[in-house]
Amino acid sequence: MSILIDKDTKIIVQGLTGKTGTFHTEQALAYHGTKMVAGTHPKKGGETWTASNGTGELPIFTTVAEAREKTGANASVIYVPPAGCAAAIEEAIDAEIPLIITITEGVPVLDMVRVKEKLDKSSSRLIGPNCPGVLTPDECKIGIMPGSIFKKGSVGVVSRSGTLTYEAVFQTTNAGLGQTTAVGIGGDPVKGTEFIDMLEMFLADDETKSIIMIGEIGGSAEEEAAQFLADEAKKGRKKPTVGFIAGRTAPPGRTMGHAGAVISGGKGGAEDKIAAMEAAGIRVSPSPAQLGTTLVDLLKG
Amino acid sequence: MNIHEYQAKQVLKGFGAPIANGVPVLTADEIDKAVDALPGPVWVVKSQIHAGGRGKGKFKELAEDAKGGVRVSFSADEAKAHAHEMFGNTLVTKQTGPEGKQVNRLYIEDGADIESELYCSLLVNRETGKVSFVASTEGGMDIEAVAEDTPDKIHTIDIDHSDGVTDAKVADLVAAFELTGAAADEAPALFRTLYKAFTETDMSLLEVNPLIVMKNGSLRVLDAKVSFDGNAEFRHADLQELRDLSEEDAKEIEASKFDLAYVALDGDIGCMVNGAGLAMATMDIIKLYGAEPANFLDVGGGATTEKVTAAFKIITGDPKVKGILVNIFGGIMRCDVIAEGVVTAVKEVGLKVPLVVRLEGTNVEEGKAILNNSDVDVVAADDLDDAAQKIVKAVKG
Repeated sequence: MSILIDKDTKIIVQGLTGKTGTFHTEQALAYHGTKMVAGTHPKKGGETWTASNGTGELPIFTTVAEAREKTGANASVIYVPPAGCAAAIEEAIDAEIPLIITITEGVPVLDMVRVKEKLDKSSSRLIGPNCPGVLTPDECKIGIMPGSIFKKGSVGVVSRSGTLTYEAVFQTTNAGLGQTTAVGIGGDPVKGTEFIDMLEMFLADDETKSIIMIGEIGGSAEEEAAQFLADEAKKGRKKPTVGFIAGRTAPPGRTMGHAGAVISGGKGGAEDKIAAMEAAGIRVSPSPAQLGTTLVDLLKG
Repeated sequence: MNIHEYQAKQVLKGFGAPIANGVPVLTADEIDKAVDALPGPVWVVKSQIHAGGRGKGKFKELAEDAKGGVRVSFSADEAKAHAHEMFGNTLVTKQTGPEGKQVNRLYIEDGADIESELYCSLLVNRETGKVSFVASTEGGMDIEAVAEDTPDKIHTIDIDHSDGVTDAKVADLVAAFELTGAAADEAPALFRTLYKAFTETDMSLLEVNPLIVMKNGSLRVLDAKVSFDGNAEFRHADLQELRDLSEEDAKEIEASKFDLAYVALDGDIGCMVNGAGLAMATMDIIKLYGAEPANFLDVGGGATTEKVTAAFKIITGDPKVKGILVNIFGGIMRCDVIAEGVVTAVKEVGLKVPLVVRLEGTNVEEGKAILNNSDVDVVAADDLDDAAQKIVKAVKG
């Protein structure tokens, strides 16, 4: 099994006709035939998008609702630039798309406050924004993760950082473990999905035998996730989990690339997060280069 | 983006918040005119730097017993003397670090009769995804210390986006601040004004510390600190005028021209990385092996050769840098683009320090070939651990 997406997931691309949308849709089509089914563009409905690498053609619809109706899509990926991104997410929510994955970086925080309120009243799940997407090896690739480093296997990966997701994937592939699904939840302060929901899904997924969770400075989502895992462990639901927190050396008050990566008002520092994770029984890797080996050691017992 | 107190007050005044009359001073010869423009009987001279703790700060150039960065005066002559003494000198506060910040701007303001001081801020509550008021009766103090010592005196009140500041929320705020009389009557307008200013200008932080109740019972914004959301700059071109480049690190200004996420730090190993998480982790692993990073630098996902070249030049231009670590895990970012950028930059500005490069991911072989076929003296690394150890060894010997 996997979580969120599999070989049957049918995906609409919002922002398909742009350079980024085009490139990554071509990559997705080339990845084990990920079922990209349509694109949307308010002015280009009725046209056809053609991949430059010969991987296929997709119909373009004017609205997400129409695209969903005509194709039976159950997921959407958004590459729309920041200024129009919130409206694109809202359109997908209105069209009742079950899974909305937003790659766009740089969405204004107050736009996400507005989106989050709407999202909470809907049945849609949003992953991102400012995230690398979701990938289930050999089945489905949504977003911008490099498919070549993945291997079908047993580790569930969830991370606030794109490139650290790649590290975790690469290292678990090299260790021979492989992944069930990797999820980048994104580096923004207000986002659709936090760690807890993904951890719940990995705990519930029979094929996921262990978990790597990668956090970073800012906010308290890691502490809440650690508490969640500790509470579930008491109920007997437990899987070996390795953690990592980026930003131990980051100075307070400075935003470190990701809009959400900032230690402010004395809160959100790495040491508190590491302590919370260790207290919850998570094995915290001291180095981003030892995610795979730390997990292998943990599995050996 | 951070702005000065006087600019924050101008923005808030534009929305109708109660602010004292005041005059900003940008050159020393404007001081006398600014003081004379205010009626008295009390003048407050306030240093304008992007750092807190100004009142308790000390000027480097002045005697140890000289007054701090915010001074109250009871005559025009006294206010002028204070302003001339402060202007151009270096103020050291607990937020500036020991090097301090030069006071290039002053704000001269009408004094107020203070009955009580409150703490009021607006921010985005990450746990709930809503805009929140943070309210406390313990104003004029370091709010982090209040949060540590007496957390029950801090109230967080979330505002629903679609409802705004409702009467019920106003009542919650009035209760949290323990307002009565005229202050309670003025409260609804003030809270709605602050919320409007916050949301309409895309602030990420609006801190009024203190918000005061005056002897006459009215509320006034006595100090104001504002930061704007960098992601929303595109819809607030007018606010860009408020940016004070003299408050920013020269390398950070240069990096911002190329849309690079760069933060200057104190160590000696320059870092160029793709992805914010990996960039932080690279700093961490340098520290793990016993050295200190000179910077945080995320070249981003869609960097061009030109951008990479600019990034590399910023790192090599930093005199503190004794070694450079390039760490790339190509996803969207292609390793060959990084390699081209490094080679181009070295051709233009040379390379006087050791350079360790770790490439992985998209187009890794092409990237390695470009570096191998160039004249650049590169130490190749197999993985992140290997890279960190090699650069620390090269710098520390």
